[in-house]
Amino acid sequence: MQVSDLKEITEKAQSAIAAAEDAATLDSVRVTYLGKKGNLTALLKGLGKLPAEERPAAGAEINVAKQLVQDAINTRKEILDQAAINLKLESEIIDVTLPGRDSDLGGLHPVTMVLQRIENFFRSVGYDVVEGPEIEDDYHNFEALNIPHHHPARAMHDTFYFNPNMLLRTHTSPVQVRTMEERKPPFRIICPGRVYRVDSDLTHTPMFHQVEGLLIDENASFADLKGTIIEFLQVFFEKDLDVRFRPSYFPFTEPSAEVDVQCVHCVGKGCRVCSNTGWLEVMGAGMVHPKVLEASGIDPEEYTGFAFGMGPDRLAMLRYGVDDLRLFFENDQRFLKQFN
Amino acid sequence: MKFSESWLREYVSPDLSTQELVDQLTMAGLEVEGFEPVASQFSKVVVGEILKIEKHPDADKLAICTVSSGEETHQVVCGASNARQGIKIPFALIGAKLEDFKIKKAKLRGVESFGMLCSERELGISDKHEGLMELPADAPAGVDVREYLSLDDSIIDLDLTPNRSDCLSMVGLGRETGLINALDVSTIKIEAVSKTINDQFEVDLKAGSACPRFVGRVIKNIQLDAETPLWMKEKLRRSDVRSIDPVVDVTNFVMLELGQPMHAYDLAKLQGKTVVRQSESEEKVTLLDGSDVTLAENTLLITDDSGPIGIAGIMGGLSTSVTETTQDIYLESAFFAPTSITGRARSYGMNTDASHRFERGVDWKGQADAIERATALLLEIAGGDAGPTTESVLENDLPSIPEVSLRLNRVKRVLGVEIEESQIDDILSRLGFEHVSNVTKDDVTWQVKAPAYRFDIAIEADLIEEISRVYGYNNLPVRTPRTSLTMAPVEEGVINLNKIKDHLVTRGYQEAITYSFVDPKLQAVLDPEQDPIGLANPLSSEMAVMRTSLWPGLVKALIHNVNRQQTRVRLFESGLRFQQPPNTANLEMADVRQERMLAGVLLGPKMPEIWGNSSEVVDFFDLKGDVESIFKLTGAETEFTFDVGQHPALHPGQTARIMRGTNLVGFIGLMDPRAQKKLGIDQNVYLFELKLDEINSRHVPEAQSLSKFPEVRRDIAVIVDSEVSAAEINACVESATDGSFQNLMLFDVYQGKGIDPNRKSVALGLTFQHGSRTLTDDEINKFVDEIVEALTIKLGASLRN
Repeated sequence: MQVSDLKEITEKAQSAIAAAEDAATLDSVRVTYLGKKGNLTALLKGLGKLPAEERPAAGAEINVAKQLVQDAINTRKEILDQAAINLKLESEIIDVTLPGRDSDLGGLHPVTMVLQRIENFFRSVGYDVVEGPEIEDDYHNFEALNIPHHHPARAMHDTFYFNPNMLLRTHTSPVQVRTMEERKPPFRIICPGRVYRVDSDLTHTPMFHQVEGLLIDENASFADLKGTIIEFLQVFFEKDLDVRFRPSYFPFTEPSAEVDVQCVHCVGKGCRVCSNTGWLEVMGAGMVHPKVLEASGIDPEEYTGFAFGMGPDRLAMLRYGVDDLRLFFENDQRFLKQFN
Repeated sequence: MKFSESWLREYVSPDLSTQELVDQLTMAGLEVEGFEPVASQFSKVVVGEILKIEKHPDADKLAICTVSSGEETHQVVCGASNARQGIKIPFALIGAKLEDFKIKKAKLRGVESFGMLCSERELGISDKHEGLMELPADAPAGVDVREYLSLDDSIIDLDLTPNRSDCLSMVGLGRETGLINALDVSTIKIEAVSKTINDQFEVDLKAGSACPRFVGRVIKNIQLDAETPLWMKEKLRRSDVRSIDPVVDVTNFVMLELGQPMHAYDLAKLQGKTVVRQSESEEKVTLLDGSDVTLAENTLLITDDSGPIGIAGIMGGLSTSVTETTQDIYLESAFFAPTSITGRARSYGMNTDASHRFERGVDWKGQADAIERATALLLEIAGGDAGPTTESVLENDLPSIPEVSLRLNRVKRVLGVEIEESQIDDILSRLGFEHVSNVTKDDVTWQVKAPAYRFDIAIEADLIEEISRVYGYNNLPVRTPRTSLTMAPVEEGVINLNKIKDHLVTRGYQEAITYSFVDPKLQAVLDPEQDPIGLANPLSSEMAVMRTSLWPGLVKALIHNVNRQQTRVRLFESGLRFQQPPNTANLEMADVRQERMLAGVLLGPKMPEIWGNSSEVVDFFDLKGDVESIFKLTGAETEFTFDVGQHPALHPGQTARIMRGTNLVGFIGLMDPRAQKKLGIDQNVYLFELKLDEINSRHVPEAQSLSKFPEVRRDIAVIVDSEVSAAEINACVESATDGSFQNLMLFDVYQGKGIDPNRKSVALGLTFQHGSRTLTDDEINKFVDEIVEALTIKLGASLRN
């Protein structure tokens, strides 16, 4: 064996390795030089032909060359693997800004959103949610609420009738009556639902919603009513708004109050939303009239109670900046999707 | 009710701006709707007199007026048609400021003009602009018009609650304003006007407590053409009452002032005597406004020998009304009890100032005062000779003032306030309530009597309301209710509707809220077999009947959206539907079925139009998948079965009736193409409607132990007749297996090439597992063979190769 042969083989191998462009070519280079029948393997096999004293030195030289070639192969392999993976990754690039597939989501009606919010606040302090019929009889909608047949307050409720004794409830207060007839105090309930009045213009729809609240206990007072309403309005609007109570009249409560909250839009400065008054009328409330308690079998000497009623449609308008009530009942998807 | 601020201030004038005054009234429970100045903010406008008027040489429609402003005369060019010599008019001097401009010297068609003669609109008094505003002939030229007409005033519009009839008069409002401000209130001095003649007219009260007092007076030789004085006209105008003639004006004025409605009859037209009685059926009367009314029974009437001459407390009759030729009148000032008036005016489609007051309550002691006041005013304005005041009274039928107890402890308990005995004494006194107190060891009790003008004080709660109102709602304490903490039971077996709604929302549905009353025509298309409950007084024909299904409302909303280029619509709604038995004659509560429903409607592509999404449109199985997913919330979806169903709104071949056990849950399906065509929709519409009470219960889960042994799946394909339903295959497989069978998955249905056109291929995935050992191949082969055999025998199936 000539040293020059070894050197030549090594160089040839190195240039073949460098020239290999893929794993298969590289592997065939490996076989050519380092395989069982490879050139360098053949040199090792040929050592036997050398004189015994030369063998160790020549063997060592060949092994060095083998190692050199093996290292070159390894290095080259790593480079090729890297290139291959890079190529694969590059080919798999996608536009991550494209929208996801089937990502549609519907939504709750804004009035439902407000109703759920109201329910959650009152449930958190132990109120039950109670529902009742929408076609009502005269007794539960009026008589039991201290509104006898010819009472002038009936003019305030433009009522849809089916016949002289049956009607569409004009408020959710009949649910109060039905609850008082069934349950024993103390209790506290809210009654959300649809109510109806013969009225249709810019600010009125013939159907709208109400949430009525009722608390009957041994010592429920007007002070408790004020506390409840102020707290509710502040948590509902998430603002420390001022609240004021004005004397008013409802046949089923006494004393009765209209509740104004500081305008949520201008915080009392005066704006279009509050007609420059700084206040928004949002609720009616009062102490349950003794006659109403009596009519439902509750002794007004033993128990007192307070009631309040609010309009979730109006609260939804204020909360979400809707300026036309009628939009709530057109059910235009483009309008509804804004609340999703 | 509208009134003039300056009129109120004649009684009591707190040191408050108009804004402060209206805020105060509102906070006292007399809600002010709004207020506006009686005239705009003009200046330098005086009473002028047209001394001379000549034609403009170069303009047909203009005139040259010589106008006196008291000491000086001015040349003014004017185009008003009513400009004429001798009249008094508002005259804006040079330098005067009107609402949006300033008066300067001007030249009109070559003639100089120094000032302007004004119409009512130019002064912001009214919208009248047909000519110059004419002032009374005795208006003194040169005096500032603001001062002369007292225009520094506001009109306040009150919205009074029905319990506060005591404030439907200036005297009442004065009293209330004095109460709020703790100020003394001036009273009107009313003195009896002595009779100068003896004429009177007989009255017979035959309606008991409905009319226990009737005061009348004859006044003869009235000058009906006399001019109502300016001050009265202005007060009427600012109360939104039109000036007509002295008699009408005075009766209206007294009503506004004292709250007592009055009526004047032409004495010459009255026959016999006046009788106040209840109507008999079918009596007729022609009213002042010319309307003919057929009276219902129990309407309180004023009659004379000719029959009804007016509906008491509501409106007088035409036959005895005062007209231009009237000389002698008969004045009526009566008390009609609220219960005899309430609702009557409304039942005749009327609402008059008189009925408004009587049905809420008029001071039943004030009739004589009103007649004296009216007589004095009338004689002053229109002259005449007054007869004696005649008062007919049924003493035993007069209202009685109840004595009401008030307990200090009750006040504290209801209002939650620590209030002193002396403070309550003071409030009762300020209210003008008679009261005596009785102090015991534990409590103080007052016996209270309210004045006759208060119709709202009958029980203790009425007094507590008055105490709280005068004390001030906003001065009452604020407290968080304290009560025992008890846990609210929550049933785990009930699915909250909110959860079902949220579920549909995640499946892409938008919640709708539609009206509960619908168009009967639309409903007849979608639910023709139901006889809907109709409203007696619907707002319109499109909202005339109650929905018997949630579909009409949802379909209407769907059409609304489709007409607005919404190509993909998915809506749901929850709420009541209203049904009655067929041929219900007299509807009663027990007849009405008000059921909570959940319904939905879908149309358009399965998926939103996004790259990579299929543009396929929805079909029955998308709808069914959505509905089944709701059932999965119950954890017991296998309890729900879908059968071939029939519904008049749905396609006969694509309708499923859903049962849970033996209970009907609802229907789903494709809208019948005939209905779809009628509604003008050009795409397939899928509908579902479910009874909420059938889908909102679930079982509290009971866990089973899991098998540790492997499960094995075998797939087979069988060919069956096209009509064989999946449900039949399911049932057949179930019947042929035992406890080792776990699950059947129907994973493919194929019809087409290679298959008999009347048959279909169904691919079934069968899963087996044993609870306590590994199943052998032989066992499983046996199971599969048994299943195939059952399918073959029962359903004519053959194994597909």
